[in-house]
Amino acid sequence: MSLLDNRSIRVSGGILLTIAVCALAGPWISPQDYLTMDFDRQLMSPTMTGGQIFGTDDLGRDLFVRTMLGIRVTLLVAVVASAVSLVIGVAYGAIAGFVGGRVDAAMMRFVDTLYALPFIFFVILLMVVFERNFLLIFVAIGAVNWLDMARIVRGQTLSLREREFVDAARLTGVSTARILLRHIAPNLIGIVVVYVTLTIPQAILVESFLSFLGLGIQEPQTSLGALVDAGVNQMEGASWSLLIPASLLALILLCFNFLGDGLRDFFDVRHTN
Amino acid sequence: MLRYTLLRVLGAIPTLLLVIVLAFLMVHAAPGGPFDDERVLPADVEANIARAYHLDESLPKQLLRYLGGLVQGDLGPSYRYRDYTVSELIGAAFPLSLKLGAMAMALAIVVGVSAGTVAALQQGTYLDRTVMAFSMTGISIPVFVVAPVLVLFFAVKLQWLPAGWSSSTGASRMVLPVITLALPQIAYIARLTRASMIDVLGRDFVRTARAQGLGTLTVVRLHALKPAMLPVLSYMGPAIAAILTGSVVVEEIFGIPGLGQFFIRAALNRDYTLVLGIVVFYAALIVLLNLIVDVLYGAIDPRVRYR
Amino acid sequence: MSLLNVKDLSIRYQQTAVVDALSFSIDRGESVGLVGESGSGKSQTALALLGLLPRQASVSGSIRFDGTELVAASEEALDRVRARRIGIVFQDPMQALNPYLRIGRQLREILVRHKLARGAEIDERVIEMLVRVGLSDARRQFHAYPHQLSGGMRQRVMLASALIAEPDLLIGDEPTTALDVTVQAQILELLEEIRDNTALLLITHDLGVVAGHCERMLVLEKGRLVDVGATTSLFASPGHAHTRLLLDAAPRIDRASALPQATGASILGIEAVSVSYKAFGNEQLRAVHDVSLSLRSGETVAVVGESGSGKSSFVRAVLGLVPMLSGRAVYAGAPLEGPVERRVKAQRRDLQLIFQDPVSALNPQMRVQSIVAESLLVHEPGLSSQARLEKVVEALGQVGLGDEYLGRYPHELSGGQAQRVAIARALVLGPKVLICDEAVAALDGSVRKQVLALLRKAQEDTGLAIIFISHDLAVVRAISHRVAVLYMGRLVELSDNAPLFSRPRHPYTRALIDAVPVPNPVVAPKKAPLRGEVPSLLDPPSGCVFHPRCSYVKEICKSMLPATRDLQGARVACHCADEIDLSL
Repeated sequence: MSLLDNRSIRVSGGILLTIAVCALAGPWISPQDYLTMDFDRQLMSPTMTGGQIFGTDDLGRDLFVRTMLGIRVTLLVAVVASAVSLVIGVAYGAIAGFVGGRVDAAMMRFVDTLYALPFIFFVILLMVVFERNFLLIFVAIGAVNWLDMARIVRGQTLSLREREFVDAARLTGVSTARILLRHIAPNLIGIVVVYVTLTIPQAILVESFLSFLGLGIQEPQTSLGALVDAGVNQMEGASWSLLIPASLLALILLCFNFLGDGLRDFFDVRHTN
Repeated sequence: MLRYTLLRVLGAIPTLLLVIVLAFLMVHAAPGGPFDDERVLPADVEANIARAYHLDESLPKQLLRYLGGLVQGDLGPSYRYRDYTVSELIGAAFPLSLKLGAMAMALAIVVGVSAGTVAALQQGTYLDRTVMAFSMTGISIPVFVVAPVLVLFFAVKLQWLPAGWSSSTGASRMVLPVITLALPQIAYIARLTRASMIDVLGRDFVRTARAQGLGTLTVVRLHALKPAMLPVLSYMGPAIAAILTGSVVVEEIFGIPGLGQFFIRAALNRDYTLVLGIVVFYAALIVLLNLIVDVLYGAIDPRVRYR
Repeated sequence: MSLLNVKDLSIRYQQTAVVDALSFSIDRGESVGLVGESGSGKSQTALALLGLLPRQASVSGSIRFDGTELVAASEEALDRVRARRIGIVFQDPMQALNPYLRIGRQLREILVRHKLARGAEIDERVIEMLVRVGLSDARRQFHAYPHQLSGGMRQRVMLASALIAEPDLLIGDEPTTALDVTVQAQILELLEEIRDNTALLLITHDLGVVAGHCERMLVLEKGRLVDVGATTSLFASPGHAHTRLLLDAAPRIDRASALPQATGASILGIEAVSVSYKAFGNEQLRAVHDVSLSLRSGETVAVVGESGSGKSSFVRAVLGLVPMLSGRAVYAGAPLEGPVERRVKAQRRDLQLIFQDPVSALNPQMRVQSIVAESLLVHEPGLSSQARLEKVVEALGQVGLGDEYLGRYPHELSGGQAQRVAIARALVLGPKVLICDEAVAALDGSVRKQVLALLRKAQEDTGLAIIFISHDLAVVRAISHRVAVLYMGRLVELSDNAPLFSRPRHPYTRALIDAVPVPNPVVAPKKAPLRGEVPSLLDPPSGCVFHPRCSYVKEICKSMLPATRDLQGARVACHCADEIDLSL
């Protein structure tokens, strides 16, 4: 069975790919740029003239280019942050699960403790204390999201380790490294892929939440969250400046969630067959 | 059960302490003091301020002083609102946030659990798919997108409901904020309930109950509901945290003078003591509510208690 | 007019028919056995009788119960029949009872729903029923949760729930398969005792159970009814080849085996091995106590015992998969020490293990070829890939699998095929000792027979020594030279095959033998030989651990642990062994 047989995967993957391509190519094709202000063209509604299909903002900047840049930033932050949480989470979870015993108990106790922390407020606290630092956003989001990954990978590793094929390999003298590589890792891939896909929208949420509050990405740089924030201030006169970034943000999140669901079904089916 | 509860309570204390110490150290690791942007002050005044706020003491000493104050409910003075203590500010702003949050939570549980249960019982039907599509959308759209869009349609375009807090005094001004706050939680709880209910309905003991001719209603009410609610109960901790987070945005957008708005103002104004105080307060709240959830979990699942 | 009339019943999932044009009837008070291997559709039939099949199943034909048509009946109509007219007992009482509800509550609800009692009378009837199914302290256990009861007690509660509404038909869907054999005997006895005039449809894979408890039997093969008739006549002269196959495959505890003498040199010596685990908190749970055993080349030694007897822990400690608390094992003159990872290569090559669940024993992400070849990579790294492939093909050939299996994944194999692959993996290195941990317990009778034959063939060809762990004495009798009986982690008897089954020395051994249902309807089933169940390892009885269940118990048994001693070639741990005659 191929990945593309699953409709959720096909449709949401296709939409995400299209959005990513537009975000990469759009600003390059458009005659406008994201910085130039034009006080004669403030809050223009979407029009085809000059390629300003999303209109302009209150400073007369082209919203299409800004939106595409915002998507780039949003996706970049999300992907990098998810990669951070992936690396930490998988390593932490796999070690806890494979070593087991007291080490596992202590490591998981730590995760449980962190779970109880109101992370988002800590992130805000960090932002307040250390100024708005682009790098800090990655770290902050990654630090929040690795917990889930660690728990899931640990649970899966633990149950794999108890499976008899691991005992069979141990008995015949297969090395621990090879057991991890050939017996544990391949059986983890499915669940890890699913949860990375589901981590990305969470990272997007955190980033856009911070940017919306003015604690994330700073002007003149922008992200979808920041654009929604700007749009809220103009929504009574220029509703498009809210609706366009808001619906794009929602669409991206929706697609990632559907993609994750589709992948979960895909791997579930393969598992039970 | 008593032993279980006591163990849980004892387990919560280190978490709480960790939160407080972490938050405290973060604030005090800040580059430069909180009054750095007020350079106009003469040096001796600055020293006086530092003394008044105990900034001249060593860090461990300050921490101990802070913890000592905490035990008595004293979170120290606010740096910006000089006439108030942090505790006073929280005490003034929190009741409104609590009211909003509690209403949103109640709404989320009632609607989410009902929708999820109905969807599970009608698995695969049109109704099920509609509920699931709604909930997927609800999960995916952030509060700060829902809120302005709802305002745009119901307040600005249709003018059915007031847009801001101050533009009305009646109960109608609660409607949009509560719905906004509850929406993602309704969606999440519905999904969770559905998945868990489907799982439970497929278990052998449900088949036994059906084989006893108890009827669908009794099977669900007596046999399936309790175990199906366990994952939902586990989610209450994160749900509470999510509602607190959401309240920050909702209060900001609707202009509600609650603790969330205070928090954002304090963060943007770099009012360290107030930010620290609110973080500690929120953390304590979340730890406490998680504790209640844990104890409830033990009350529902007899096997947990004996472990 | 029959109580139940099934006509042309078919059950389909999409295009696959799991039950195909099945017709049979059951009279009032009659007991009927429904037998077949896994996938024969016997459980599906039971669920169909109560309208409990999943939504995706499409059912056709007719099920008439006492004049009421049940196929396509409304839920309300079915609810009037369920429990009140037809009661059912499922296989695994741990899963089948609600873990979140006190058992009294679960039983009450049936009476309330069917309006069979009111007020205080409800609880009284529940308690009365619990007493009837043998719950000693029914008034207190009314308030217990299922996990607080033992496996046997749970199944008694399940039986109470099936009978409390006084149905006309009781369905038992493998009701004793999940239980230990001595507990199975108790439950079957109880079933006979309390069902009075209730008709019984007993679904089972075990022909011994059918022989002892059913007047008539139905034989299913792949969803089709292939044979039907009085149990005695079908056992005597099967009407269909499949019935004959099932009968031939059923292991017989009442028949001696003809094994060639094992004369090889001693190869493995195990002395006073103990194993303990950490239980909740810091309590040590002693799973194995001072068990000694030796093994010759070409010999099969069976290790038998009920759940909790420590048989698996024992061999796992010898193999170094779990730590040994004390004792030692010597293989070919050299000690087996430490965890398996630290043992020398030759030992890891010569001692191999086969597991109970072949599905869990094969990595789902690897093809058969890689699974079998993996150990060759470790032990014969110099082999060319061509030579390695040849060895893999040869090993697969040994277990009767052709080249076409090389590229398959485990989920593409049946249970029997998967177990063959696992055996090929173990045999490819040419081991000297093979340990089979319940290796045939999960297999159907006919497949089990083939796998056992395969193991014997490998033994004859290569002089393989086998430790055969099993809970099934009938299988053990057929294939082992010697038998070790474990109870609560202690060796109670070790003896040659023939004397053990003709004149056991330990009361527990005798009880185990008596508890096995004999697939012969002419022999009346024996009374359940043991009361109660195996006590908790966390709180073992004083003195001889078997004394609370022993019918020969003396004062000394309660305070003093019996030493293991030699008695005419057998090793026995019993104070009374030389005073009592347990001959069969």
